[in-house]
Amino acid sequence: MGKSTFVYVIYIASQPQAVWNGLLDGQFTRQYWDHDNVSDWKAGSAWEHRRTDAARTVDILGEVIEAKAPHHLVISWAQPSDKARKDRYSRVTFDIEAVADMVRLTVTHDELEAGSEMQRKISEGWPRVLSSLKSLLETGRPLQTWAGR
Amino acid sequence: MNDTDVVFKALADPSRRKLLDALNERNGQTLSELCEHLVMTRQAVTQHLGLLESANLVATAWRGREKLHFLNPVPLQEIYDRWIRKFERSRIRAMNDLKKRLEGTNDG
Repeated sequence: MGKSTFVYVIYIASQPQAVWNGLLDGQFTRQYWDHDNVSDWKAGSAWEHRRTDAARTVDILGEVIEAKAPHHLVISWAQPSDKARKDRYSRVTFDIEAVADMVRLTVTHDELEAGSEMQRKISEGWPRVLSSLKSLLETGRPLQTWAGR
Repeated sequence: MNDTDVVFKALADPSRRKLLDALNERNGQTLSELCEHLVMTRQAVTQHLGLLESANLVATAWRGREKLHFLNPVPLQEIYDRWIRKFERSRIRAMNDLKKRLEGTNDG
């Protein structure tokens, strides 16, 4: 099986710093992503995508590869069951640029195993996450995108 | 035209939908690869891709000297959130109301 790449672009009426915080601040991500993203966001540090329930279950984990606030973040991405399998890690790059009075957020998810369960999940997940982030930043309210799962 | 108009206009053409289908099938193709799916000039495909890109339905990224095209379904998600989900919600509410009436139950 080969590796595949997905690229998602969304324009948000906001500022780069607000989008950066929107992606990384757990208090913020839980409103639209149903999870907290937990890390100190320094290159080399671990990061975790944790559920907001009492058990705080980790659903995704990885490492911060590059962090240049508020414009560029690269993280690795894996299921907890693949923690020791570095060959199963994929990579997510966030690019945040100001374009006129908008922010162009590009999410590149690559090094994904083609045809994998993770590929299926992320290709369903990213459009919903980004659409909900946009809604929260622009209107103060997230979409009920995870309701009824 | 607002963003939604641009997306619907981009989707209104069968060749452009075919290009999106080709990218859905295999993401990250070059112009030459995409030309193989369509019986039209390279120039026409370039124009269609330009329109899809300005509607934000296609994103491009460079890999070395190759420009790759990726399906960006985010605007379609926004249309779903803005239009379709809303109608689903009202349909569900109507069915719930009907259920309550038929079953003769009170609120709660």
